[in-house]
Amino acid sequence: MDGFAHQIIAGIATGGIYASVALALVMIYQATHHVNFAQGEMATLSTFIAWAMVEAGIPYWLAFVATVLVSFIIGVLVERLLMRPVQNAPVLTHVGVFIGLLLIVGNMTGWIFGYTTKVFPSPFTSSGPLMGGLISAHELGSTAVTLVVLTLVFLFFRYTSLGLAMRAAAYNPRSARLVGIRVGWMLALGWGLAAAIGAVAGMMVAPVVFLDPTMMTGILLYAFAGALIGGIDNPLGAVIGGFAVGVLENLAGAYVVGTELKLTVALAIIIGVLVVRPSGLLGRVVASRV
Amino acid sequence: MSASENIPLPAGLTAAARPSLAGWQRGLLVVAGAVVAIAPAFLLESFQLFQLTTAVIMGLAVLGLNMVTGYNGQISLGHGAFYALGAYSTAILMSHLDWSFWATLPVSAAVCGLVGYGIGFPALRLGGLYLALTTFSLAVAVPQILKYKAFEDWTGGVQGLFLVKPDAPAWLPGELTSDQWMYFVAVIVAAACFLLCWNLIRGRIGRALMATRDHPVAAEAMGMDIATLKTRAFAVSAMVTGIAGSLSAVAIEFVAPDSFSLMVSITLFVGMVVGGVASILGSLFGGLFVIFVPNIAEAISKAAPGVIYGIILIAFLFILPDGFAGLLRRIAGRLRRRG
Repeated sequence: MDGFAHQIIAGIATGGIYASVALALVMIYQATHHVNFAQGEMATLSTFIAWAMVEAGIPYWLAFVATVLVSFIIGVLVERLLMRPVQNAPVLTHVGVFIGLLLIVGNMTGWIFGYTTKVFPSPFTSSGPLMGGLISAHELGSTAVTLVVLTLVFLFFRYTSLGLAMRAAAYNPRSARLVGIRVGWMLALGWGLAAAIGAVAGMMVAPVVFLDPTMMTGILLYAFAGALIGGIDNPLGAVIGGFAVGVLENLAGAYVVGTELKLTVALAIIIGVLVVRPSGLLGRVVASRV
Repeated sequence: MSASENIPLPAGLTAAARPSLAGWQRGLLVVAGAVVAIAPAFLLESFQLFQLTTAVIMGLAVLGLNMVTGYNGQISLGHGAFYALGAYSTAILMSHLDWSFWATLPVSAAVCGLVGYGIGFPALRLGGLYLALTTFSLAVAVPQILKYKAFEDWTGGVQGLFLVKPDAPAWLPGELTSDQWMYFVAVIVAAACFLLCWNLIRGRIGRALMATRDHPVAAEAMGMDIATLKTRAFAVSAMVTGIAGSLSAVAIEFVAPDSFSLMVSITLFVGMVVGGVASILGSLFGGLFVIFVPNIAEAISKAAPGVIYGIILIAFLFILPDGFAGLLRRIAGRLRRRG
């Protein structure tokens, strides 16, 4: 029973990471109706930037804040330079640009920082076992950070005028433009926020999986699965979905399929959700008029 | 994306609207094509010939992707899975059951076609981006599935399987090396598949596929059975890519899970965009591109091919969305108007 409880708690901890990446995906989807395939690679690059800063002797939390800011700027730049020119192009073009971005960012990371696995520091350490050894300090800390990020995002969208403007721009771009919202910049802001959230997720997961240029590929899939379970247009759903996938993945890995097929579990979840309930558990059912 | 130039005109109109080639000109083209295809086997060093063989095979795989993504508009980022399935079908039959390569081809084609048909059904429910996403995760999961312990007796697990290239048959004149023969095998199989796909696309089915892509509602209103068309397009596409996989298994003489990573699927996608979306001949350009450009780029750095791929992919999408084929078509159009 103890093992089972540990699997669930470990699942919640990794689920927190998936939840943040899922949240980043949903942010971009809400703002632009795109699913960014390069989200994982962008987060990995951010984590490497943080690693370089920590290696250079900058205190962890200062490096953390700086990385989030840099990632935000990278996200905005990507939207301005790459997505904006093809805004009205067919979906195939968007997918192509995402794949191009994935190739460029992923390989640049390897090129600059090398392919050797690196140890990334965790800011959370404890002197003794927590909760009877069920959970590590890092698991507890990263779950807390995820929850803080989620709360901040919720407050931002719910209670600030900028958040309201972003929601308006996504919901009805034409009317939003008429009341003076700069819709284009709202999209760029959405990309920036998503990149920043991805950076946080990367820094939280790196101490667990170790840092290398392909660190996020699997995580991105789980996050996709989480976002789909919750409904791709629902931030709260994405978070719940992310946690659910974390627990599910851990349980399946421990008791059903073993660790070698973990990614296949994500694939099965994705196909299952899309076939049985494409709008997810909390998503809106969208009917389009022809 | 515009495929209007590909859509063939009704037979009666062709002569008037397009300067059609006379019989002898057409014959000359076929002969010239054959010479261009045969000559490299006797002119190139064996390693270069091997590269050209893999380029032809890649071109065939890109053609498969083009059938479903280019002509039918179902975006697949997971065609590496069919490539792997074809390669493994051939490898398992050859190494475990001692089949000859030619005998494995129809089996591999049938297996890939059936699996593609099966995957076509969930794909029906997934529009654009979602299908791309699902096939993307399929591509990521492929190496893991291939390494899975339960199949290890057949797939050889992480170690993979070793094969031997077929030797040139004894009745052929001259002494062909196995590299030369492999090149001819690839060219013959690829030519047959290209011809089949070209026939499929220029006829009624091809027009129906493109109509489903461009305006599904109108296509349905005209009486087209969209579900049937889409699932069958997936089957044909998977079959063609699977055959390419079979060829690659014998050409490389080795299959292993890690050679079928996400990168294969991405490479096919890049080849399709660069060669020309919804273009038969463009697929061949795509194959040549994805084999030869990374070799040049690799001289700069290990990571350079990926970066250069990415940059070229985005550059093509921005500047030349029709790919090489579109560029050639434009040049040909300009020459014709002038002449």
